[in-house]
Amino acid sequence: MSLIDSRKIKNFITMNAIYIVLILLIIGIAFVDPRFLSIVCLRDILIQSSTRVIIALGIFFIILTGGVDLSAGRQVGLAAVITASLLQSPDYLRRFYPDLPQLPLILPILIAIAVCLLAGLTNGFIVARFGVPPFIATLGMQVIVYGANSIYFDLPPNNSQPIGGLSKNLTELGTGTIGTGLYSIPYIVIIAILAAVVVWIIANKTQFGKNVYAIGGNVEAARVSGINIGKNIMIIYAFAGAMFGLAGVLEAARTGGATNNYGMSYELDAIAACVVGGVSATGGVGKVPGVLAGVLIFSVINYGLTFINVNPYWQMIIKGLIIVAAVAFDIRKYRRKK
Amino acid sequence: MSNHKYVLEMNNMSKEFPGVQALDDVTLKVRPGTVHALMGENGAGKSTLMKCLFGLYQPDSGEILINGKKVEIQNAKEALDHGISMIHQELHSNLHRNVMENIWLGRFPLKKIGPLTFIDERKMYQDTKELLDNLQMDIDPREIVGRMSVSRIQSVEIARAVSYDSKVIIMDEPSSSLTENEVDRLFEIIRDLKSRGVAIIYISHKIEEILQIADEVTILRDGKKVGVWPASELTTDLIISRMVGRELTDRFPPRVSKPTDEVILRVEGLTSPIFRSFKDITFDLHHGEILGIGGLVGAQRTELIEALFGLRSISSGKIYYKGQEVKIDSPLKAKKLGMALLTEERRATGIFPVLDVLENTSIANLQKYVKVNKLLDDKARRAEGNQAVEMLSIKTPSLKTLIQDLSGGNQQKVLFARWLLTEPEILLLDEPTRGIDVGAKYEIYSIMSDLAKQGKSIIFISSEMPELIGMADRIMVMCEGRLSGFVSGEEATQENIMRLATKFMA
Repeated sequence: MSLIDSRKIKNFITMNAIYIVLILLIIGIAFVDPRFLSIVCLRDILIQSSTRVIIALGIFFIILTGGVDLSAGRQVGLAAVITASLLQSPDYLRRFYPDLPQLPLILPILIAIAVCLLAGLTNGFIVARFGVPPFIATLGMQVIVYGANSIYFDLPPNNSQPIGGLSKNLTELGTGTIGTGLYSIPYIVIIAILAAVVVWIIANKTQFGKNVYAIGGNVEAARVSGINIGKNIMIIYAFAGAMFGLAGVLEAARTGGATNNYGMSYELDAIAACVVGGVSATGGVGKVPGVLAGVLIFSVINYGLTFINVNPYWQMIIKGLIIVAAVAFDIRKYRRKK
Repeated sequence: MSNHKYVLEMNNMSKEFPGVQALDDVTLKVRPGTVHALMGENGAGKSTLMKCLFGLYQPDSGEILINGKKVEIQNAKEALDHGISMIHQELHSNLHRNVMENIWLGRFPLKKIGPLTFIDERKMYQDTKELLDNLQMDIDPREIVGRMSVSRIQSVEIARAVSYDSKVIIMDEPSSSLTENEVDRLFEIIRDLKSRGVAIIYISHKIEEILQIADEVTILRDGKKVGVWPASELTTDLIISRMVGRELTDRFPPRVSKPTDEVILRVEGLTSPIFRSFKDITFDLHHGEILGIGGLVGAQRTELIEALFGLRSISSGKIYYKGQEVKIDSPLKAKKLGMALLTEERRATGIFPVLDVLENTSIANLQKYVKVNKLLDDKARRAEGNQAVEMLSIKTPSLKTLIQDLSGGNQQKVLFARWLLTEPEILLLDEPTRGIDVGAKYEIYSIMSDLAKQGKSIIFISSEMPELIGMADRIMVMCEGRLSGFVSGEEATQENIMRLATKFMA
């Protein structure tokens, strides 16, 4: 093999490492237990990935700017509790609002998303206006959101009891499918795919998307280029909040309930998925398909390794190794070669 | 001690990178106690050669001799052990620590108290004091480096090199961020080092400096050695023609701009809220004029044009654009008025290193490509990107190439393309040829004069006086934040610019 060819192959492997790892992982698990390659398993993995994809896509733009959002998981929990509290069956005994009439499905969903959008906007405002590092600003928001959610959750007559008895149309959204039988497609998978398409279009085809990459690539150069940094940062965090809100709605719908502890540390999974998917933590670099692959890798590890009876503690060690190895590899890729 | 003729010999060095012969049989011989200038355009092989010396690259062939003895250098530590050290263009000091910790980092003097080992602060202080006194540097060993001026930090790095007992000190563009006085001080230090028998390899684009300080000059071009000459036998024109490999009859394009009487921008009494910054600046910029701004580092020229572009605030003064008073409080506003700014620090505030050429070109002009459905018209964006690449003859493999992989000159041309696509009326250029090699400089000058010919107005800051004199229709000179006068391009000489540039200095 000539020198050029081997370099091309090396380059191909470098640029597509995440996808190659994903495929190898699937092949490896299938090798141990061929039943893994079934439609049922595949669908389960996609269902498990759906809400994670939405959270990761929300945090994606933030990481692109070199920031981070530690309040993501708690925002998911807040949205789940709000949605669940407003959408319980009229005949359920322990309702959060005993006298609340049946609301149209869309209203509580919009309320939950709007609340998280506001939390995100606040994050963005604090980062943009006061220059508080995103790590700190969103750490504060994480604690505040959890506190607020717990107060709401503790309101009488609920008094911190898990919220259940969700109305049929909400649980249908979380567990229903298009079609029936083997080839049916769950709604939440479709929602996640739609979210990915929308985020891909925003990232690649709009002025806002280009501005995000520019801010992450070099914030000072972006300022000189006439980009309104503060406004864009606020939009980015607010958009992320809306995505976390959507994910919270779907979590409630999928599980048929909610407590104030929903969503705890989901942001860490989302950040891990992004960085493993090639979104550079220093900003400016990253693609939507990479994020999807990042989420899928962790779902495959969770589901697949359990499927072949790997000890869950070992799964953690494997996950941790993948995170660190992926970033070390990525930094090599983008380190200025000279 | 050795009595070899050369302290350092690099013989027949070759190094190939995929597709590029970065070094081709290059020989460099440096005598002790001399300043040896290494010159060449960007990409000529200077830094590759120095990296081979530091073990950062392994040469494909060639040998390195120190005091006549062949050595193998695998890494920077071994280079230091052989008495070779380097003062980088971007200083590598730890700004949060003090002078002595920076100097002795990695080899702190230690003392033992019982079973424990501590840093011997007192010895470190005394050693540092002795070192600095010896070099006649008036620096407190306990001063925090981050609070010192660039020139003093550089002195600390030189002191560190000396503390390693270096026989050869490489200085990479050491004067690039120094004021005129500081350069004089640097030269004093260099002469002192020479008298101690230390050899200096001096890398610089500034020919005037080389002629002033160097004893010998080695010139590289395209990875090959053009030759080595005593500095006394060289002139500016000779150096340039040997660097670029052709006779340069003109360093500047012919003056074709014809400024009209129409005033496009009028600045009246512009004053910064910062006490030591620019104050009471009044001038007119005419349609089609190239207005140069001269002055020494610290004259607040960058601050002034950044204020014009809305990057800095003003406390008083007025700006009139085409006769209308305007408030420019953000770059966005300036851009909308038809202004463009190429900043001095290309890396820090110009390019988006991890983005490709197309994104770097179109980022300031995206609004134009937004279609009715809010999506970007990528076809048009690419077409105009390609057009710009062709028009400015930007050398890039494709629009998809990351801008960080282009040379400095081509990066600068991409920035020109970025702003030209916004169709500006006024271009503000802050040191537009800084760190760019001679050939590419001429291209930048041509772009400037073409723009002026098309009726664009240009304000450009330059610290290179020949450039101001060669390019500007009129030169405005500043000194310590104040306007000290104007010189027309025809009447300008280095002397009368210098006189104005130092007018208010105590």
